[in-house]
Amino acid sequence: MAKVDADLPPKGGFSFDLCRRNEMLVKKGVTLPGFRKTGTTIVGLVFQDGVVLGADTRATEGPIVADKNCEKIHYMAPNIYCCGAGTAADTEAVTDMVSSQLQLHRYSTGRESRVVTALTLLKSHLFSYQGYVSAALVLGGVDVTGPHLHTVYPHGSTDTLPFATMGSGSLAAMAVFESKYREGLTREEGINLVAEAICSGIFNDLGSGSNVDVCVITKGKTEYLRNHLLPNPRTYVSSKGYSFVKGHTEVLSTKIIPLTEKEKVEVAAEGDAMEE
Amino acid sequence: MAQSFEVPNGHSVEEHDLERTLNPYVTGTSVIGLKYKDGIILAADTGGSYGSTLRYKSVERIKPIGKHSLLGASGEISDFQEILKYLDELIIYDNMWDDGNSLGPKEVHNYLNRVMYNRRNKFDPLWNSLVLGGVKNGQKYLGVVNMIGTHFEDDHVATGFGNHLARPILRAEWHADLSFEEAVKLVEKCLLVLLYRDRSAINKFQLAKITEEGTTIYPRYSLKTFWGFSAFQNPTKGAVGSW
Amino acid sequence: MSRRGDWVYENNGGTCVAIAGADYCVVAADTRLSTGYSIYTRDYSKICKLADKCVLASSGFQGDIKALQKNLSARHLIYQHQHNKQMSCPAMAQLLSNTLYYKRFFPYYAFNVLGGLDNEGKGCVFTYDAVGSYERVGYSSQGSGSTLIMPVLDNQLKSPSPLLLPAKDSVTPLSEMEAVDLVKDVFASATERDIYTGDKLEIVIINASGIRHEFMELRKD
Repeated sequence: MAKVDADLPPKGGFSFDLCRRNEMLVKKGVTLPGFRKTGTTIVGLVFQDGVVLGADTRATEGPIVADKNCEKIHYMAPNIYCCGAGTAADTEAVTDMVSSQLQLHRYSTGRESRVVTALTLLKSHLFSYQGYVSAALVLGGVDVTGPHLHTVYPHGSTDTLPFATMGSGSLAAMAVFESKYREGLTREEGINLVAEAICSGIFNDLGSGSNVDVCVITKGKTEYLRNHLLPNPRTYVSSKGYSFVKGHTEVLSTKIIPLTEKEKVEVAAEGDAMEE
Repeated sequence: MAQSFEVPNGHSVEEHDLERTLNPYVTGTSVIGLKYKDGIILAADTGGSYGSTLRYKSVERIKPIGKHSLLGASGEISDFQEILKYLDELIIYDNMWDDGNSLGPKEVHNYLNRVMYNRRNKFDPLWNSLVLGGVKNGQKYLGVVNMIGTHFEDDHVATGFGNHLARPILRAEWHADLSFEEAVKLVEKCLLVLLYRDRSAINKFQLAKITEEGTTIYPRYSLKTFWGFSAFQNPTKGAVGSW
Repeated sequence: MSRRGDWVYENNGGTCVAIAGADYCVVAADTRLSTGYSIYTRDYSKICKLADKCVLASSGFQGDIKALQKNLSARHLIYQHQHNKQMSCPAMAQLLSNTLYYKRFFPYYAFNVLGGLDNEGKGCVFTYDAVGSYERVGYSSQGSGSTLIMPVLDNQLKSPSPLLLPAKDSVTPLSEMEAVDLVKDVFASATERDIYTGDKLEIVIINASGIRHEFMELRKD
């Protein structure tokens, strides 16, 4: 634990005591429970007068789609949003934590939050957990110093970029950005390019899928376009509905235990009065 | 890997594991292939990596095979050159029938599929992903096979990193009646993205086409790159106050 | 054998379903070929016609599957030359089992469903594991989406227990059209939740009048 002196007990946070034991168990063939990962495509770009963030909406657990329409663009501040890839719980927790710190900071200073502040809080938190908090983020916002876009890796390193992609679909999305991005895009062009990059992830990366979420942040205005595109409708619905007939599972025996059975409770004659 | 064990006559022998390609040495990165209006285009860079060192800068990874086929390879360069030897023999033996018939791309691809799969069955793989393109009797053909024998055909293919970076572009922009010029433009778009994003890619490319008329391998050339985004000029400017 | 490395196998995903009716058999599979998180191609047929009244749908490792198909086709060609007739579906089922078990200690990584018509013209489905254990059933599902599909089929087409005496017919009560409709619907559902299933559905219907092909689009994400 980087933050705590060696001989002091840790004041909260994670305990790493069992990490080595767990590594040993894994080596011996024990499988640890999996977490819900957002096998993801998330992107962001800087345009003429702000930033556009984008994300797909598929959450997976191994080969199974756990959520077909989840939200991966998290609120940080009114003028700052953050896309998350990695373990769903970690991206959720880390963005919530930082957004609450930003809120307190705004109460104390009475000023709009800056993107660097969010960036610094995120990276120092992630760095102190040595990559065990597996959150890969695309952070974007507009503050008094202008529009900003950053990527944050699970170990705490950061990047400042004109366009960024993260998650398992990052290569598919980056292929679009590398061949089509230019400086000074209009709002319309920015949204379209982000949507195209996300679609590239949705259709080429199996970890990404379903719909396109977009968030446009400009000076003094934020628009969250939830389900901006819905490119994956169900392809077939049976003409007739289904009936699930009783008796498909054979009943071998029946015993009914009533839920409540009245029980007489004897009250001791001279019990101590309960303290109020 | 080399385990010794006793044989009946009492001699201890080393298992002949050392002949096997246990890991690749000099490797080539992605190959891209696509069908266009009157044939097939194959493209690759000419780098030969030794781990993460750029060891060779001018390796030929696209070769004509027989009259109707082009072969592109990524992966272990020495294994590719061995495969070329097998194919030379295959084509010569086929020629010796002298029956006016010659192996087409489909046959060559099938041969490669069997060779690759057979070698993996012996736990002695040829460490490559191969792209086989060709035209015979007006029929365009484009297929791939990897080191364990997985193989398929498609209208456009890519190996290695190309699967992640080039195929999304090809799936979005490819159509069956691309002219040669359009097809080259599309390929160059993919190569440029690979150059930017695949660390073992280099800016020296080999492009080849095959049509009913035969194969053409073009002289190597470079692509123009762009690094002028203002955010690239002074990266720290965007995050003043952080580290 | 496989201690020499796990690189000899690759999972190329995909789902197969077969349903046997009184006088027909429906065999279906999606056409996505993938590895890890990336798609090789959206249009790869996992269904192989072995005889006029016998088709095989397989998912698993494409290299092994193709080798298996080639092997069975070659054996069937020899059979035709020797017996001057096509192999029956139950005979092919036994051959497939033997072929799989032959490689017991370096298995074909292939999950098969064999469908067709038996000698009485009744629909038949045989379902396998990778090393040749097999069983004749009324319907089956194999591959990456099988865990999603099988319970639905169990509910809609519950087959009689093989332990019942006297033995009951295992073919489903559905008409051919209803069976095809059910297959389309379960694939659309599996595609919603299984990342390895998608792109396109190929349906093969075998009945007295021959073999018919049908295709349906699936989600491509």
